[in-house]
Amino acid sequence: MQFWVIQTLNSLALGGLLFLLAAGFSLIFGLMRIANLTHGALYMLGAYIGASLLKFVPNLWLAALLGGLLVALCGGLFERLILRKLAGNELGQVLVTLGMAYIIADLCLVIWGGDPIPLPTPEALELPLEVAGFMFPSYRLAVVVIAVVTAVVLYVLMERTRLGAMIRAGVDDMQMARAVGIPVSRLFTTVFCLGAFLAGAGGIIGGPIMSAYPGLDFEMLPLALVVVILGGVGSLIGAFVGSFIIGFVYTFGIALFPQLAYVILFLPMILVIAFRPRGLFGRSST
Amino acid sequence: MSAERAWLLALGGALVGLPWLAGEFYINLVSQIFIAAIFAASLNLLVGYAGLPSLGHAAYLGVAAYMSALLHLHSGLAHWATAPLALAATTLMACVFGLIALRATGLGFLMLTLALSQVMWGTAFRWVGLTEGDNGLRGLTRPAPFGIDLDDSTAFYYFALAITVAAVWLMARFVASPFGAALKGTRDQPRRMSVLGHDVWLIRWITFVYAGFWGAVSGLLFVYYNKYIHPASLSLTSSAEGILSVIAGGSGTLAGPLVGAAIIVILKNLVSTYVDRWYMLMGFVFVVIVVFMPDGLVPGMRRLRARWKTRNPG
Repeated sequence: MQFWVIQTLNSLALGGLLFLLAAGFSLIFGLMRIANLTHGALYMLGAYIGASLLKFVPNLWLAALLGGLLVALCGGLFERLILRKLAGNELGQVLVTLGMAYIIADLCLVIWGGDPIPLPTPEALELPLEVAGFMFPSYRLAVVVIAVVTAVVLYVLMERTRLGAMIRAGVDDMQMARAVGIPVSRLFTTVFCLGAFLAGAGGIIGGPIMSAYPGLDFEMLPLALVVVILGGVGSLIGAFVGSFIIGFVYTFGIALFPQLAYVILFLPMILVIAFRPRGLFGRSST
Repeated sequence: MSAERAWLLALGGALVGLPWLAGEFYINLVSQIFIAAIFAASLNLLVGYAGLPSLGHAAYLGVAAYMSALLHLHSGLAHWATAPLALAATTLMACVFGLIALRATGLGFLMLTLALSQVMWGTAFRWVGLTEGDNGLRGLTRPAPFGIDLDDSTAFYYFALAITVAAVWLMARFVASPFGAALKGTRDQPRRMSVLGHDVWLIRWITFVYAGFWGAVSGLLFVYYNKYIHPASLSLTSSAEGILSVIAGGSGTLAGPLVGAAIIVILKNLVSTYVDRWYMLMGFVFVVIVVFMPDGLVPGMRRLRARWKTRNPG
């Protein structure tokens, strides 16, 4: 019984981390029509930066905030200096993000070396929580809480604020949004930075669970990709639901059928593609 | 005789004569270029001629290589039996993957092909009982068709050259055929093609399968050359090198992917000899090519030459 409880909690924690990653990926894709293949690398960059920041900053949450901001700065520069030049060239943009992912990954290898760097768990959350005779690792619970809070904040941001309304307008009809005077190009940078921030902070928050190691980027990227294909491009709710589905499928897949975990992971995606190509919550695409 | 034909003849002569002129290192290097060229040319059918950006083409190379290796190691079959079986199985896989990936076009297609190839990568990596996982499969051999032992690097060179010439010729015929014309039509004007009565989906699917088949051929050559196969051959990096070859040379041209493959293989070998920074260089090449030379080297050179001619007539 303890096995199932622990695996369920692990699934939820992975789902939460995936949401931090996939929400930004999905928003960027929805608004800018860019499949940002740098997203996994930004996550890994966040984890590494977090590991270094923790030498100066006492608190993991503060490190996540600062590290996220640093990664957001990198993302913003990348968007302004390179991606912007390729507006309208979808394939070119994807390939540049792919090239950038390799550059970031190799830079991380140069700076932080090839050995995994663990991030310490905050002291207050080190001891497991005991509820009804079951032991819960409390840090993982905290990750789930953070993901849910982030989801609510993002939801409110998208649905209840002026910025969110502008983003939604841009997702629905870019030309019309431009025509009514929404500064779409500034919006692009904002959303890209927001996505990079979530990915970077996610890497640090995930650090105590996954630590930082070379290859983390291309381990997380396909998961984010599957989440977005499953949930529907540009949909926050889709990213949320998709993240937790994939969190469960992947965790239980690895625990129960380790050799075929990857095949099992992609089954729900293939089912969704077959019957609902635009994803569970995706709107009809253009 | 046109200038283009003269160049082609000179290149052909150089390739046939190379083993007399160059040492073993260069013979092996060019053999690797042949393999990469078939791979890039097959990917170009999708990226360049069908307008379908695939980021998962390594799946066909890798699966064909693994099939050949596994059939040999587990069933003890000889090469004359494993080669057609591996090709058939991989082509069948392309049929199924095509059904899934062609539910979308554009970026959706790109993400689906990437995801599908990751399934194959993950399987090769994790199914340790079958594939030895991260250790890769060792103890493989090269075939000896008609009693010619391909373990000799010169023999393998000519073998690879012959297959490359056949592959490129058949792919060129495919593109130049009426079907190829229809394919380019579906790339540029899918709606009009549909109205004209062409089955756009079917044209794309057939091309997808055909590209998968040639990807599998390159995979067989790949595993023969290395006598070893590792999950890395199925990885996103492997697919990325392929698409980089295509766009560096010029997608949608016949010569482009061949030139691109040559450049990438040479760069990779050069860089790996001196420093261990191939990934970073590859990333930079991606960015530089896309930003500064978006249509690739071959069309870029053609444009330069055309400008040269108009400035200096006669």
